[in-house]
Amino acid sequence: MELYRFTLTEIAKKIKNKEVTIHEVLDSVFSRIEEVEPQIAAYITLMRKEAYERADYLQKKLDQGEDIGVLGGVPIAIKDNICTSGVKTTCASRMLENFVPVYDATVIKNLEEAGAIFIGKTNMDEFAMGSSTESSYMKKTKNPWDLEKVPGGSSGGSAAAIASDMAFAALGSDTGGSIRQPASYCSVVGLKPTYGLVSRFGLIAFASSLDQIGPFAKTVEDTALMLNVIAGHDKKDTTSAPIEKKDYTKALQNTVKGLTIGIPTEFVKEGIHEDVKQAYDQAIETFKDLGATIKEIQLDYIKYSLATYYIIATAEASSNLGRYDGIRYGHRASDFKDIDDLYCKSRSEGFGAEVKRRIMLGTYVLSAGYYDAYYKRAQQVRTLIIENFKKAFETCDVILMPTAPKTAFRFGEKTENPLEMYLEDIYTVPVNIAGLPAISIPGGFDHEGMPIGIQLIGNAFGEETLLQIAYTFEQNTNYHERKPNKI
Amino acid sequence: MSVSKEEVKYIARLSKLYLTEEELEKNTHDLSSIIDFANELSSICVDNVKPTAHILDIQNVFRKDEVEPSYEREKILQNAPTKDAGCITVPKVVE
Amino acid sequence: MREDYEVIIGLEVHAELATHTKIYCNCTTEFGSDPNTHCCPICTGMPGTLPVLNEKVVEYAVKAGLATNCEIARFSKQDRKNYFYPDLPKAYQISQYDLPLCKDGHMDVTVEGKQGNYKKRIGITRIHIEEDAAKLIHDAYTGDTLVDMNRCAVPLIEIVSEPDMRSAEEAVAYMQTLKSILEYLEVSDCKMQEGSLRCDVNLSVRKKGETKFGTRTETKNLNSFRAIYNLIEFEANRQIEELEKGGVIYQETRRFDDVKGIGYAMRSKEDANDYRYFPEPDLAPIVLSEEYIADIQNHLPEMPHIKKERYVQMYELPEYDAEQLTNSKKIANFFEETITHWNNPKAIANWIMGDIFRKLNEAEIEIDACPIKPKDMAKLVELLDKGVISSKIAKQVFEEMFESGKSPEKIVEEKGLVQISDESAIKEIVTKVVENNPQSVVDYKAGKDRALGFLVGQVMKETKGKANPKMVNEMLLEILNQS
Repeated sequence: MELYRFTLTEIAKKIKNKEVTIHEVLDSVFSRIEEVEPQIAAYITLMRKEAYERADYLQKKLDQGEDIGVLGGVPIAIKDNICTSGVKTTCASRMLENFVPVYDATVIKNLEEAGAIFIGKTNMDEFAMGSSTESSYMKKTKNPWDLEKVPGGSSGGSAAAIASDMAFAALGSDTGGSIRQPASYCSVVGLKPTYGLVSRFGLIAFASSLDQIGPFAKTVEDTALMLNVIAGHDKKDTTSAPIEKKDYTKALQNTVKGLTIGIPTEFVKEGIHEDVKQAYDQAIETFKDLGATIKEIQLDYIKYSLATYYIIATAEASSNLGRYDGIRYGHRASDFKDIDDLYCKSRSEGFGAEVKRRIMLGTYVLSAGYYDAYYKRAQQVRTLIIENFKKAFETCDVILMPTAPKTAFRFGEKTENPLEMYLEDIYTVPVNIAGLPAISIPGGFDHEGMPIGIQLIGNAFGEETLLQIAYTFEQNTNYHERKPNKI
Repeated sequence: MSVSKEEVKYIARLSKLYLTEEELEKNTHDLSSIIDFANELSSICVDNVKPTAHILDIQNVFRKDEVEPSYEREKILQNAPTKDAGCITVPKVVE
Repeated sequence: MREDYEVIIGLEVHAELATHTKIYCNCTTEFGSDPNTHCCPICTGMPGTLPVLNEKVVEYAVKAGLATNCEIARFSKQDRKNYFYPDLPKAYQISQYDLPLCKDGHMDVTVEGKQGNYKKRIGITRIHIEEDAAKLIHDAYTGDTLVDMNRCAVPLIEIVSEPDMRSAEEAVAYMQTLKSILEYLEVSDCKMQEGSLRCDVNLSVRKKGETKFGTRTETKNLNSFRAIYNLIEFEANRQIEELEKGGVIYQETRRFDDVKGIGYAMRSKEDANDYRYFPEPDLAPIVLSEEYIADIQNHLPEMPHIKKERYVQMYELPEYDAEQLTNSKKIANFFEETITHWNNPKAIANWIMGDIFRKLNEAEIEIDACPIKPKDMAKLVELLDKGVISSKIAKQVFEEMFESGKSPEKIVEEKGLVQISDESAIKEIVTKVVENNPQSVVDYKAGKDRALGFLVGQVMKETKGKANPKMVNEMLLEILNQS
């Protein structure tokens, strides 16, 4: 079997046991990239030179008998909104087309300490605003399962890279579903951790109170391993939770006996595609068969999540994106008559239509006279949604939902109507609103053979239970074994 | 339209964005439909509901007042489009 | 200013806090270095960075609040104020909007009015913490503006007064009292010329008897007492003249050129002041316990007005002297240290208020940079009091001390300035002078008192001023009255 086909856990073991060299692993992955990247276009920047240099360094250490970390020598891809010192970090925007950070994000430092090798920066929706990766200024990433379709978004590049074996794991960011929805569209595992579990320092902010970095991987086990490395308190992030490090791989037990899974039947009704519904029902049956208790739950306010989300997220974004003014970094218009003209031209040229739309929406909901009606009210509804979930978790361990109401759609299908695009996020945004952890795992295929993801939502900092249940599902189904045959 | 063209012009000014006539039309339409959708929140009773300030129950996250080295100036100015005399330059704003 | 109008003044004072590091990162706050050398990704607003609040900022703001009789918020938060300007790297300033750390305080100030001094209580609306902005420098050569981000995110407190002041004198008195309190607390070095203490003046006028406020203007960034005084006189007169002409006052932001003595409206910074404040999601609320507040309260230093009372009581100094010495903590410290070395408070107070103030003014330095240290100052007074040197010599020694920083004993010794109090030595010279000036003796006898003065002068000249003047006088009279 080609080396790139292995899982992260397997390849890390092979490197450690010196069955393969890191160089060989890199060769395999880069030849895979050469083979399929022209069709998939998952990467904005490839770090071939840096990767090989680091491979030499790590191999030398390993050969000297040193420990090179749990991810020692494993090629990892990074979403292009996570700052990498000395390597372009563009947010897939013309605004940051040539931006080179001077510092590393905390997660980058963590991964580096664990021995990971960064092989490239992945494509995304511009500033993580979108659900299809179509708003990228750089390129159009294709879904490995159907090149006519979107990979989902906003972390579409990371999901497509894992689905097509162009990396063993990847980092994404999830503000309203940006890890889980593309994981679902591409049939990989994607985890959005509890807000505060993973440091946001170095993640280029979209919506500060919703953003969270998380891993993409081929299996639940690999996901747990990645989480081990990136989770943990960071004193550079005020909102980072002061909790101790855990070994999430210990939670990976193949049983759901004694666990209760909540089903919000009422919520998972409207707008859902029949095939997704079937897969969802099938998942419920699977869990039942495995011995879990299934419990109907009522989440009265969850249906307001999407409206709440679009108010809070855009408000924060409008402020977070103010710094792109053409002065200290980023795109500056070539001619202007004064400072105001410089601002307006640089920003109008540097941002794409979706980003502009959200900046304006956010500005609108914060502007004089509208704050109470929109922003404040949304934060109040947010409180109600959080209480809803809290109550639900009094009686169940996790909540099971589809990740997205439909499977991957065709390019351009939803770009004309932004609201329709936003509706793709209906099952994912409640999780961000409440700051909870959630995982999307392969859960079936539609009649055209496109992947369907199922989503498990955990209680705050309940990643262990979440991973255990996801692991059990994975071990007892074979959806994750199917690989895209178009590439 | 729940959002008027004038309002879109106003928020574009606040956001430092220029809009073409076509963009103005499209955004007026799009923002209106999103705001219409968001208006569903107005039907919810939120009396006595505290707005969420933070997801986590955090308070008093401070750092010690201890100096650490700053960055080299070259790094701080590295991404600036124009610079002079160790500073970033912008069109005249001070008299 | 016309008698039939009343001027309404409120001040917004910005004080840079004397912390070692900036408000949200570990860069130094040191003033006066090369541009953009005290910067990091956080204070320059680079993508992906996050703020972490400096604990000293909270402590210093609470100190300022307690010293100005404010209510301290048990729950407070920080907010973003959004606007575009090249001095604001994130395009928002982290400040406090609806829940400031301190509110509802006041200060009692002594105003030097035209008809004498009077006391007045000025309300303090609020004190909140926020970050400073970059420095913008005009490049005369290229015509561009240069951005120096060293000052970005230096911590500030903004102290907002009630519109309680009615004259330039009251505003200056308020500002002086506030400056002195902040210095006493050591929360700000209050160097107005460096901009670490500056103020915005909100001003409106109305006909006396009118109860509604007129439209106010805001004049930004005044950084000397004189500028505040002059601006208020200028702006009040401008508004009155405008109203008398039948014109209108626009609510606008203005600047004042103190050199030319004129104010002008700034070109609009933002089309509208729609700052879209919202709670800063990257920072946690500040929740202060009773213990925390009580602890700061219990450790507050003696405030200037208390110290002044004490000086009057303990050292029997006149009110005026006590006021002069306690206005600045540094001066009070200098005074207090000096009197521990030589206990003559009144004489020492006179030296400080006279010669020291004059020299400091000439040299444009503050007392902490004074070349004369308290110990040496005390020694000088001691030498004088003990009659080792004359007061004339003392002045000479003082000048030398200020120039060289040497101790007075050393100067006296090196230059042989010890006062001649030896009776026989003085007698010899006095006798010689009398012999050499017979005409003066005649004049004296004829009742010309001036002649005595001349003879004293001659003796002093002979002794290079070192003779004990009291003894010289006595001996001269003795000889003159004998002969």
